[in-house]
Amino acid sequence: MLRYLLSRFGQSLILLLIVSFIGFAVLTLAPGGPLSQFALSPGMTQEQIDKIAAQMGLDRPVVVQYFDWITHLVMGDWGTSYRDGQSVLHVIGSHLFATLLLMGTATTLSVSLGSSIGIFSALRRGSTFDYTMTVLAMVALSIPTFWFGLIAIYLFSLNLGWLPAGNMYTVGDGSVLDYLRHLILPAAVLALVDVAIWSRYMRTSTLNVINQDFIRTAKAKGLPRRRVVMKHIVGNSLVPMITLAGLQLPMVLGGALVTETVFTWPGMGRLFLDSLGYSDYPVVMGLLMASAMLVLVGNLAADLIVALIDPRIRLE
Amino acid sequence: MTDDKKTDFAHPNRRQALMMMGAAGAAGAAGLMGPMAIGRDRAFAANADASGQLVLAFSQEPTVFNPLMPHIEVDEGLYYAVYDPLFDFDPAGEFFPILAAEVPTVANGGISADGLKWHLKLKDGVTWHDGTPFTAEDVKFSLELTVDPEFRSFRSTGYKLMQNITVISDTELSWEMSEPFAPMAAILASTYIVPKHVFDGVADKNETVLNTAPIGTGPFKFKNRMAGDHIEFEANADYHMDGPFLETLIIKYVPDLNVMYTQFKSGDIDVIGLQYITPDHLAEAETLDGKVVKVTGRATFESIGLNMMRPQFADLAVRQALYMAIDKTSIIDALYYGVPTPTETYMPQQSYYYNQSLPKHEFNIEAANALLDEAGWAKGADGIRAKDGVRLAFSNSTTAGNHLREQAQQFIQQTFAMIGVEMEIKNFPPAVMWGDYWMNSEFDSVMVGLNTLAGADPDTSDYFMSTMSPARGGSGQNTFAYQNPKVDELLTKGAANFVPEERKAIYEEMQAVMREDLPFLPLFQYAVIKGWKDDVTGPAPNVNNRIDTWNVRDWART
Repeated sequence: MLRYLLSRFGQSLILLLIVSFIGFAVLTLAPGGPLSQFALSPGMTQEQIDKIAAQMGLDRPVVVQYFDWITHLVMGDWGTSYRDGQSVLHVIGSHLFATLLLMGTATTLSVSLGSSIGIFSALRRGSTFDYTMTVLAMVALSIPTFWFGLIAIYLFSLNLGWLPAGNMYTVGDGSVLDYLRHLILPAAVLALVDVAIWSRYMRTSTLNVINQDFIRTAKAKGLPRRRVVMKHIVGNSLVPMITLAGLQLPMVLGGALVTETVFTWPGMGRLFLDSLGYSDYPVVMGLLMASAMLVLVGNLAADLIVALIDPRIRLE
Repeated sequence: MTDDKKTDFAHPNRRQALMMMGAAGAAGAAGLMGPMAIGRDRAFAANADASGQLVLAFSQEPTVFNPLMPHIEVDEGLYYAVYDPLFDFDPAGEFFPILAAEVPTVANGGISADGLKWHLKLKDGVTWHDGTPFTAEDVKFSLELTVDPEFRSFRSTGYKLMQNITVISDTELSWEMSEPFAPMAAILASTYIVPKHVFDGVADKNETVLNTAPIGTGPFKFKNRMAGDHIEFEANADYHMDGPFLETLIIKYVPDLNVMYTQFKSGDIDVIGLQYITPDHLAEAETLDGKVVKVTGRATFESIGLNMMRPQFADLAVRQALYMAIDKTSIIDALYYGVPTPTETYMPQQSYYYNQSLPKHEFNIEAANALLDEAGWAKGADGIRAKDGVRLAFSNSTTAGNHLREQAQQFIQQTFAMIGVEMEIKNFPPAVMWGDYWMNSEFDSVMVGLNTLAGADPDTSDYFMSTMSPARGGSGQNTFAYQNPKVDELLTKGAANFVPEERKAIYEEMQAVMREDLPFLPLFQYAVIKGWKDDVTGPAPNVNNRIDTWNVRDWART
């Protein structure tokens, strides 16, 4: 087991290094750069831009910049944002709460709701419920989030006036209830699509299990239906879901760009896009590395948990 | 009100000039204030009754809090709340003092007749937000910081001409200019003074408390920032001018314009700021209950800029024919909902220096064709004109994803085809478009919105002086690589002249020369659609400032 973990750790390091190199190269070699946003400012001169570039170390060869950045990273220094002069970890950290709140709620909602729908659909395959859910899932998957978000705002905020039209809380209020009121629409919009996805996964996974021999045996033994469903069917069909959930981890922390934009939610998705737009290399690289690490950690965690609960799998 | 007397640098009117000569101007000119006095009809000691909260939305996020470091337009939205310049432009393009006790002019002796010696008097009793007194040392420090090699300074134009900055007393300082430079006053009007004491003992001047928790002398104190969401300010009870009249000011970041408009409709936003209401929402916005919606001109003009180093554009007949082949009216009315105003020049129509008698553009395909025929540009087998081996084919570039511009390009592409000109559309994301591609004139032609002015000053040397083209080995923003000895001469003359009436003649001539020469094909002057709740007073258009909050000290809720 220890050997397995060590080798996984080694592989991860190499992967991270490759990701960092490719990310850095793509980012810095793209034309433009962090100073191009100042080009149209009144009175800006090329001379001044060159001077600023030299002060920021942007005039050095890309390879030198990369080694500078990666050695600092290894020492635990993630760098400083070009945009607001804060440390990268602080910048990421300041968007963490908003992201976790929205994504955590939406994911919990969609996984629990989606799995339940999936299981019921599979158990009653071909029923009206199954068909209705299949159609609804297709509809939900086809609706663009941006449009759906605006419709939700139009309906529930502008017309009915039940819920706020966006933002995470009312400035000057900020009570738990206030946060909850603001959370409902974006979480629901975000969860809708995910419920559809999770219900489809779960339905397929459950159907795979239902037709296995051991289920027939369990039924033949005369076990109560409830027990067959809960212990044998659901238990087994959840195993592949764990792997999927592991893959979901970086998404949860990565935020949801579109939903965040529509509901002016200060999450990680906006941070990534804004940082990319301003060529804020340190923050973009920080986010890239953080999400790469989460992919690796999520996968590893999923593998370990699956091995733990499924005796057929041994990690060597 | 004595603090707010209107002194005048750019162009004193007759009455003001007489008053200044009478040396009694200081007290008397106070009565002249017109448009900028919004909100000031309140009691003088109104600072005490600042009340209410106002949410101002921007579609970009202010992140650079040190005003002397490289920043973009939206960051200035915060500067006007937290910091103060020495003086500023009012909507008429005239100066009014802020930290200065009076605006230095030749008339009041603040500037020597040759423009080389400046003497500045500051207000007494102004304090920084942390209670430290503001003095002439802060001004000297701020001006010197802009040229400090260790400091990541936004601009050095103008500042680098300042020499021997001398503090005479806490409220007085003087300096010399290495050459007369009339735009200096306009540059100072957008120079926000920073507190010297926060730099004491700081190893790296780029890393001070100003980056995260700015301290200024302005009407509002920085309270906190929620990254990616909003910044909160509270009233500065010790402000040295009238105002502020709001207890809390929120600058809210709303990244999408549709969403911003929706939140304006729903009432979550009190004032809709930078990037404003999109033209497609104008008709509906005007019908909204409880909202004031106003179309106001901006100093930015839209044009097709030509790279004058390309052989296709060397012939004046080509440039004139291209201009005639643009259906400006249709572009403005059909694509931009008639919001912007057609223009023939780079100078905003609200400016004192605007030349009103420039020839009007006429969309005329026949005349354009005739002009090209006459100039010897004959159509080839492919229907594209050519002369001496040069095909009239070129690319046009702008920011990819700017839908209105992209549609305008397609429209122009079609009318150009009608005169045998092939225009290929080649757009790039902003970072690419406005990087080296723009700065080093690597394009054939661009579609660009430019503000070539510094505040209300008419000098545009950076953009049109032949020595200011990076592609020709110069340093500046002359990315059209324009060369015209007459323009060079006029710009040089204008920058060394301190008499507004004489400068007006110089810059009017320059606009006429450029209208004839057409290094860029002027399309329109931008206008934006601003909106605020009807219980908000104070927001006032000011073409001489880059951002809405120029007079945020006057904003109030009734």
